[in-house]
Amino acid sequence: MTSIAKPPVRHPALEKNALGLTRRDYEGAMSTLCAGCGHDSVTAAIVQAFFELEVEPHRVAKLSGIGCSSKTPAYFLRQAHGFNSVHGRMPSVATGAGAANRDLVLIGISGDGDSLSIGLGQLCHAIRRNLDMLYVLENNGVYGLTKGQFSASADVGSRAKRGEANRQRPIDPVLLALTLGASFVARGFSGDKEQLVPLLKAGLAHRGFALVDVISPCVTFNDHEGSTKSYLSTRQRHHDVAPVDFVPMTREITGSYAEGAGLAVRMHDGSMVRFRKVGSDYDPTDREGAYRHVQELQERGEVVTGLLFVEPGSEDLHQMSQTVERPLVSLPFEELCPGSAALDELMQELA
Amino acid sequence: MPLVERIFPAEAKPNGGPAPAPPRANDFAFKVGTVNGTGSASANSLLLQAIFRMGIPVSGKNVFPSNIQGLPTWYEIRVNGDGWTARTPDFDLVVAMNPATYARDIAEVRPGGWLLHDSSWPLDASLHRGDVTFLGVPLGEMCIEAFAGSRERTLMKNIAYAGALAALLDLDMEVVGEIIRADFSRKPKLLDSNFQALHLGYDYARRHFACPLPIRLERMDATAGHVLLDGNTAAALGCVYAGATVGAWYPITPATSLMDAFGAFCQRYRTDAETGKKRYCILQAEDELSAVGMVIGAAWAGARAFTSTAGPGVSLMGEFIGLAYYAEVPAVIFDVQRTGPSTGMPTRTQQADLLAVAYASHGDTKHVALFPASPEECFYMAVQAFDLAERFQTPVFVVSDLDIGMNDWMCPRLQWDDGYRPDRGKVLGPEELEGVVKFSRYLDADGDGVAARTLPGEHPAGAYFTRGSGHDKHGAYTEDAAEYTEVVDRLARKLATAAAAVPAPEVRLREGAALGVITIGGCRGAVLEAVHRLAEEGTALDYLRIRGFPFGAEVREFLAAHERCVVVEQNRDAQLRALLVLETGVAPDRLLSVRDYGGVPLSARRVVDGVRARLEGVPA
Repeated sequence: MTSIAKPPVRHPALEKNALGLTRRDYEGAMSTLCAGCGHDSVTAAIVQAFFELEVEPHRVAKLSGIGCSSKTPAYFLRQAHGFNSVHGRMPSVATGAGAANRDLVLIGISGDGDSLSIGLGQLCHAIRRNLDMLYVLENNGVYGLTKGQFSASADVGSRAKRGEANRQRPIDPVLLALTLGASFVARGFSGDKEQLVPLLKAGLAHRGFALVDVISPCVTFNDHEGSTKSYLSTRQRHHDVAPVDFVPMTREITGSYAEGAGLAVRMHDGSMVRFRKVGSDYDPTDREGAYRHVQELQERGEVVTGLLFVEPGSEDLHQMSQTVERPLVSLPFEELCPGSAALDELMQELA
Repeated sequence: MPLVERIFPAEAKPNGGPAPAPPRANDFAFKVGTVNGTGSASANSLLLQAIFRMGIPVSGKNVFPSNIQGLPTWYEIRVNGDGWTARTPDFDLVVAMNPATYARDIAEVRPGGWLLHDSSWPLDASLHRGDVTFLGVPLGEMCIEAFAGSRERTLMKNIAYAGALAALLDLDMEVVGEIIRADFSRKPKLLDSNFQALHLGYDYARRHFACPLPIRLERMDATAGHVLLDGNTAAALGCVYAGATVGAWYPITPATSLMDAFGAFCQRYRTDAETGKKRYCILQAEDELSAVGMVIGAAWAGARAFTSTAGPGVSLMGEFIGLAYYAEVPAVIFDVQRTGPSTGMPTRTQQADLLAVAYASHGDTKHVALFPASPEECFYMAVQAFDLAERFQTPVFVVSDLDIGMNDWMCPRLQWDDGYRPDRGKVLGPEELEGVVKFSRYLDADGDGVAARTLPGEHPAGAYFTRGSGHDKHGAYTEDAAEYTEVVDRLARKLATAAAAVPAPEVRLREGAALGVITIGGCRGAVLEAVHRLAEEGTALDYLRIRGFPFGAEVREFLAAHERCVVVEQNRDAQLRALLVLETGVAPDRLLSVRDYGGVPLSARRVVDGVRARLEGVPA
């Protein structure tokens, strides 16, 4: 079965962004996932986010590992290079690509199997390096392509389709990322696009590693009664602790944004993240506080969502490595090769 | 056990010592047995450099433990005016500084040879050998008197034995002085200590022994135009000159010094003096899987990228290497081989990764590999590896070993052609993509098995989906037998094309030779010396050294031209021989095998003995 290309039908009245592109221009091939899969909603949110951010699609590099989630880069931004790598190792490929060409807009799509089991090490170290990328973890608590085994994010007591309950403690990517010093940590729900799109946009604007964990139910293997990652369960328990609006640098801040904002965080590129309803007990720039808050709410059975922590001034991989501002791939050979005179001098020193 | 006589200086036993050997200038070997972490490396390096600067061909082999401090370590130096500098197991003189290995060290002196030891403490009588001259120097005592502090006393004992050797071997003290002055020009206190220690040993030996010994150094002019260089440094320099900008790695012996050297050279040549900004990026990964993933990502994005590793790393990288092969992403992987299997002996050498690199990863794969025999070739092959990786859009291994990578070899000064420009292969840039309606990533437009690629971030028309899953010639996912087969068959053609582009073998033919000898990598020196010795005995052998994989026409022709060949290599299972049989279809009974795989560099004696035995039909 080959992948299915979408017919390039364009309605003349489709809305265009400042680049003259429509949402269609940010789409990819037809999805081959199950009907109703949460991942397709995430794909739609990604299309929306790039469209609204007015990013030229070919400047983006979209990467993934292996699994249902990792198929999805084929379904958005057909004009961007994609790389479906090996299971759990997408972060290293993204790290190399980002090191070589710092002008690429990197988006990685992974799942809970890809990120929290086989790829846990690579995720942790990409966070430590603060690689400048948006990392979307499409989290459904289950292995789909291999037909329904528990993943490392399955909650204790959550029931598999065949009935057995998970007894092992889950790895929560949000708490993990906060512990590891991640500079941007958010959680969304594939069923709430209104919340997810600003999270993705803020993640793209963030310089550094932006983790967006998205609860994205698996309709085939994990959407039944007794599952804690079903649509119903997530809808009932999901609690937007820190709803945000994303204000790009190029937009004037209008009155409606200015009103009622509890907190505004300026990103390195001048854009703003405005927190709409942050309670007095929550500060998304306080790592320890965020950790405590998320943990407390989760203990009460709530699925905490929103932009949970952001540290806009953190040093990314290139700043830590002190690389030149120009992408390494753009450096002419003459700036890289020391030439024969330098070699002769070196040989003289060694003789 | 009773401890008796302290030392056995030659002149103190006029009638008991062995008959004096005939003078033998510039043709001998000695080894120093010490404890690692005590600072003997600088004394040994001093000796090696001084001999080299006297114009005499020389080699040094560090036989060291996988340990930071406290275990036995040896340094072997061979001096040979004719330029035979492969390792030799026949030691004319041994410096025994480590009581823990006295028995073994004394046993290794050839009959009629010399043992230099620290006579500050008594030597057990059971260690005495009548056919060896014992030269006792109270190194410990002298250094305790002369220096304060245990660290300095320990360090200076090493310089003191170097001083004693300088007297015994007639090392040019002017040259030694120059080296010490250069090394310690910024540390005047150490400079004084070193000279003091050097003379303690030198003066004692001159006073107590008949210096020089029959084995001694005589100034020559055979090292002009040469340098002492290790292969990892040379390979790193090759990466700098090839224009590599991304190096990703995980520390592993014996490959660590390659990336260290790359960093040092880049600091010197690629760092802006004012801003400190770097025109390179070194990524120390969390493991080898990640390291090679980074290399693949960087090369996919258009950079020249590489990793340095050893056998365990190659094993871990397997899955990713298959991805790079199938998705056709360039990658340069330096495998500095060490002794396997598993952790093996990390600080010993071997050539046992040949099959592992040739077919790394599951599924049908085959990889381009280059096999340097010396630091000099490490430099040139590093550059060539990047050209081949980009031209054929595939992983390329540069396979050296611990002996080449970490030991100092005498090699011709490296040269650079300023006209060199990287061969980036078939890459469609923004201008070529303008107006392209549908880019197909894996089309064999030129019939050479190599399709044009595009780089991310450059042009919307060049976008495609790189994948390790089944794909058709357009790059689209497929599970169709014909579409899948079309792509993997082209990959086989591509690798066959690469066989003509890898370095040709080194071939040396002799008048009247009916048999051939085939070898690889760092075996070169020992095999050439053995071929020379065997020719003197009347056995003429043609010689071929493999330098690249897949094997090219020259290898097939050599096999066809010789009814029988002896394959000399450093692994247990005759991996090179197996590769030759697999890849060329040569009848297995036409390939005899000589193997040496104990972890130390190959010697001519092993090769001569092995070849003789095979030719006489003695079973392996």
